Amino acid sequence: MFGNKNLFKIFALVALLAVLLAGCKPAPKNPNIILATTTSTQDSGLLDVLIPIFEEDTGYVVQTVAVGTGEALKMGEQGNADVLLVHAPASEVTFMDNGFGSERYLVMHNDFIIVGPPADPAGIRGAATAAEALGKIATAGAIFISRGDDSGTHKAELKLWKTAGVAHEGEWYQESGQGMGATLTIASEKGAYTLTDRATYLANKANYALEILVEGDTVLLNVYHVIVVNPEKWPEINLAGAQAFAQFMIDADTQAKIGEFGVDKYGQPLFYPDADKTDADLGLP
Amino acid sequence: MQTIWDGIVQAIQLLLQGNPEMLQITLLSLGVSGLATAVSLLFGLPLGTWLALGRFPGRQFVLSLVNTGMALPPVVVGLWVSIFLWRSGPLGDLRLIYTPTAIVIAQVVIAAPVVTGLTVSALQQLDPRLRLQLLGLGASRWQMTAALWREARLPLLAALMAGFGSVISEVGASMMVGGNIRHHTRVLTTAIVLETNKGNFGLAIALGLLLLLIAYLVNMFLTWVQQKNRPQRGQ
Repeated sequence: MFGNKNLFKIFALVALLAVLLAGCKPAPKNPNIILATTTSTQDSGLLDVLIPIFEEDTGYVVQTVAVGTGEALKMGEQGNADVLLVHAPASEVTFMDNGFGSERYLVMHNDFIIVGPPADPAGIRGAATAAEALGKIATAGAIFISRGDDSGTHKAELKLWKTAGVAHEGEWYQESGQGMGATLTIASEKGAYTLTDRATYLANKANYALEILVEGDTVLLNVYHVIVVNPEKWPEINLAGAQAFAQFMIDADTQAKIGEFGVDKYGQPLFYPDADKTDADLGLP
Repeated sequence: MQTIWDGIVQAIQLLLQGNPEMLQITLLSLGVSGLATAVSLLFGLPLGTWLALGRFPGRQFVLSLVNTGMALPPVVVGLWVSIFLWRSGPLGDLRLIYTPTAIVIAQVVIAAPVVTGLTVSALQQLDPRLRLQLLGLGASRWQMTAALWREARLPLLAALMAGFGSVISEVGASMMVGGNIRHHTRVLTTAIVLETNKGNFGLAIALGLLLLLIAYLVNMFLTWVQQKNRPQRGQ
């Protein structure tokens, strides 16, 4: 089928490829890393920018599992993930206290916003605090779509109701049990209110008939940490890979990229890099 | 291993205790999928009969479409039903998206080809001479059809079971058009996805067992009906 000449060409090509591949960074012993993260980071597209750079630099291959923070932490507890990128600080502290994580670093924050239909039937536009807005929604009985999936965003939402001292029960309070993207679509279709992270909302804003109605309250901050799963609990985890990923996330170059992400498209960053800050700077315990 | 064991133990505890939400989800699943199967039968039985007995141009083409439809991926159905029912879609004014009705519609689209296709094969398996004999005995068209349905009742019930099985177990379309909204459109399959995502494996396993139990009970009932008056040999 192939002449000698062709055969030679194929050999040459294979040899060339081999040399090229070998010329890259020495491949790590165990190149596969499982990253458990939240749907919010995945849906915003940030990981699609950062992970290829990390893989290129280090030779690791990152398998990203995007779930709610609840399941991401559970995956860490059960050794089903090597590294976590999550945003539920209170649960994370418990996770660390129970010895499931060995290292934890502040990476970045974005913020939650309350969005709703442009007509704003509950009249929450420009409310000074999130608590005030939620109170108005409950009083008006306007439909509010909750994530209801135990995710970081859902936990943040429940905390807001609690702080506001407003009961969130009734026909108007509905739980989608789905990710942020799906929940925003449902809210948009139903002309309902919801709490969302800014990144997911901005990334697909054109698809929703929803406007930002409340923003800027300090209780709406959404802080991300990277956590290396504790190898003492789960020796089989890819410790070197997890540490490399954690270091990459707080590296100055990566932090700069996080700060630039989304500016070209939305005119504002979706995430604010925080590796040089402490939890206390962001008002966390 | 520990997780699996814990999950099963917790699942059995949950099932024994029972809780109103699990009951409500189960009843909704049963209602939605039962209704969808009934509507599929309403479309599928006449259409399948027509395709099996009729002779008209394009019959083979329609038949190939139905057979393809039997393998219609639920997520594709979910996508198209969503596109039609979204407020921006052609049927948006009906305000059906994220309602149980929307799930029924999607499930009918999934189950109807299954019922239709299996009806065709059920009727085509009958001896062609039976038809001629019936007509020869002076049966009207309608009487003949009724007699053929009676004769093919075992495979026709199998068609019904297959239709029900395809929708009670599907998750993609229910998630997309129903939205998995608690107390409104959360069915067993979407609840299982949610509880697994939340890491509540015990509850997820319990819901999975319930789903299997329902599928079993419904099929047991249909099998009972099917086998009760099975045509006796040599009659």
